[in-house]
Amino acid sequence: MQKQKHSSPILDVQSISMQFGGLRALDNVSLQVYPQEIVALIGPNGAGKTTFFNCITGIYKPTQGDVFVYREGKKKRVNGLKPNKITEIGLARTFQNIRIFPNMTVLENVMVGRHCRTHAWVIGAIFKGKKTREEERQIIEYSYGLLQKLELERFANEMAKNLPYGAQKKLEIARALATDPLLLLLDEPAAGLNPQETQELREIILTISREEDVAILLIEHDMKLVMNVSDRVYVMESGKMLAHGTPTEVRENPAVIKAYLGEEHA
Amino acid sequence: MIRELKKSLVVSLWFMFLTFPIMVIKVDTLQRTIIWRWKNLFLVGIGSFFLSIVWRYLIERKTKKAKQKELGLEGASFVSKVITNPRYSRPLYLAFFIFILAFPFLFSTYQTNIMISALIYVMLGLGLNIVVGIAGLLDLGYVAFYAVGAYSYALLNYHFHIGFWTALPIGGFLAALFGIVLGFPVLRLRGDYLAIVTLGFGEIIRLILENWDSFSFGPSGISNIPRPSFFGMELGVKGATIYIYYLIVVMALITIFVVNRLQNSRLGRAWLALREDEIACQAMGIDKTKTKLTAFALGAMWAGFGGVVFAAKTTFISPACFTFLESAIILSIVVLGGMGSIVGVVLAALVMILLPEYLRAFSNYRMLIFGASMVLMMVFRPEGLIPSVRRKYEYNPAENQS
Repeated sequence: MQKQKHSSPILDVQSISMQFGGLRALDNVSLQVYPQEIVALIGPNGAGKTTFFNCITGIYKPTQGDVFVYREGKKKRVNGLKPNKITEIGLARTFQNIRIFPNMTVLENVMVGRHCRTHAWVIGAIFKGKKTREEERQIIEYSYGLLQKLELERFANEMAKNLPYGAQKKLEIARALATDPLLLLLDEPAAGLNPQETQELREIILTISREEDVAILLIEHDMKLVMNVSDRVYVMESGKMLAHGTPTEVRENPAVIKAYLGEEHA
Repeated sequence: MIRELKKSLVVSLWFMFLTFPIMVIKVDTLQRTIIWRWKNLFLVGIGSFFLSIVWRYLIERKTKKAKQKELGLEGASFVSKVITNPRYSRPLYLAFFIFILAFPFLFSTYQTNIMISALIYVMLGLGLNIVVGIAGLLDLGYVAFYAVGAYSYALLNYHFHIGFWTALPIGGFLAALFGIVLGFPVLRLRGDYLAIVTLGFGEIIRLILENWDSFSFGPSGISNIPRPSFFGMELGVKGATIYIYYLIVVMALITIFVVNRLQNSRLGRAWLALREDEIACQAMGIDKTKTKLTAFALGAMWAGFGGVVFAAKTTFISPACFTFLESAIILSIVVLGGMGSIVGVVLAALVMILLPEYLRAFSNYRMLIFGASMVLMMVFRPEGLIPSVRRKYEYNPAENQS
């Protein structure tokens, strides 16, 4: 299962900390993701996993430490940048509690994802020249292609809010993929899905990783899914990185067992 | 059934009690007697009884419809069917367009003037629709940009004798600039907070115009603003009215065209995304600052154009023309028409401006009828006269394989 490690990671988080007043939500957390890898981030509730995501994607600005993204061999420091810039550099994310655009059609949701890879602005929109029309056609084509890949094309012209829960989760992934990311960050993609849908999600994650040249970093509580898909696993507990390694290593790590099951099992 | 009647009976008794002091008792101050108008009590009772039955019937029908919608059984309403089917909508639009074109020859100058006001409001409504309906930024100070447009024509003309046609783009540009000026401080705000700040902004502009005498001539306003000339020819009042009428028709059409184009573009989708979910919108790589400022600037620009035309039409402007009430009316046009719906906003602008004018026949009850119809509207069609329908994109995979 272990893929060959490339020399340079695409995401390199160097000991970031996040302080909210007196609360230290993240404490010297480091993490690397290499190309084409699937990495899972696990930990009990309140461990700081989502805060960690928010720090890398620019929603929060980490109080200490650095986040680097390597795009085409160039190293870019992304902490402190605005979320939209970070998406442009190549980190796309989904949210723990779905954040699709409810009153737009499914296709439009995905088309919004193409925003940072296209250019037409006011003049283009009003005069709709050849370039804009071509760009618009490509946006539709690309977005529709993504919907097909995630088997959502039959919903294309539905309002996103009318979709079943599972489909909304998939739509969020499709929308994130539309930004053409280097690294896809999934925040609890399996939360609220039934076993069959979780199985489907597993297939989707593996397909994306295989076909799209996208690395994946996911937060997840479903251990079966985590152990199944990930190449490496990071474990967090109360703001600190507890352990990391292959799924097997992590499963047998006494510190991890202690964090999850309590003292007496260690 | 009996219970329904009982309920209505209670309602009518309640109304009779409530209206007793104003509808029944009348003090004759000359004779120093009280006149008891028992007939009115009877009429109020009967009227409220029947109205309450009708009201409850309509509410019931509405909830039934909402249930059907949940089950997905909803048949499209008659109006939306007509509008979405080009076979019916095209001739309808064409007939409407011909009527609009022929209007100044069919009706008097007075009527044409009313129609000009209505069309100015069509422009204002569509402009605000960009900000409120599409980008979801609640703006209660929109009239400020209207004032900027009007005053820029009036003042430029007063000081530099700049003509209408030069002032038109300048007015639009200045209003857009003010849109950006307002946009910067409110970038972080949303919803209620944004509404309050924009409300304040609108008042600031009005108060400046009212108090800075040396700049804007204060509350007495600016008069003798020239009407637009037709290739250097001065037209009489009648001719100028007709001329302005066609001008505003063309401008309204351009507005409709542009807003429609904007709505279905990459920029329009970014606005919608901003309205739907700000954080997710940023996570999709949309620059929030740039998108918001563009919405404010483009929305304000139409108000600027509208203001210039308004100044040219009335030939007199004063700060009293740009009160909060105007903002409220424009906002009601957008909400009444259906947020983000172009046809809806156009229709609502015509209804909102023409209805009070033609209700003058009912003199005293004019505003009462108007208010009541707005309440009814919001109860029974909260999504607007003609709710906006998102565009369906056709995608044909076969086309792709070539």
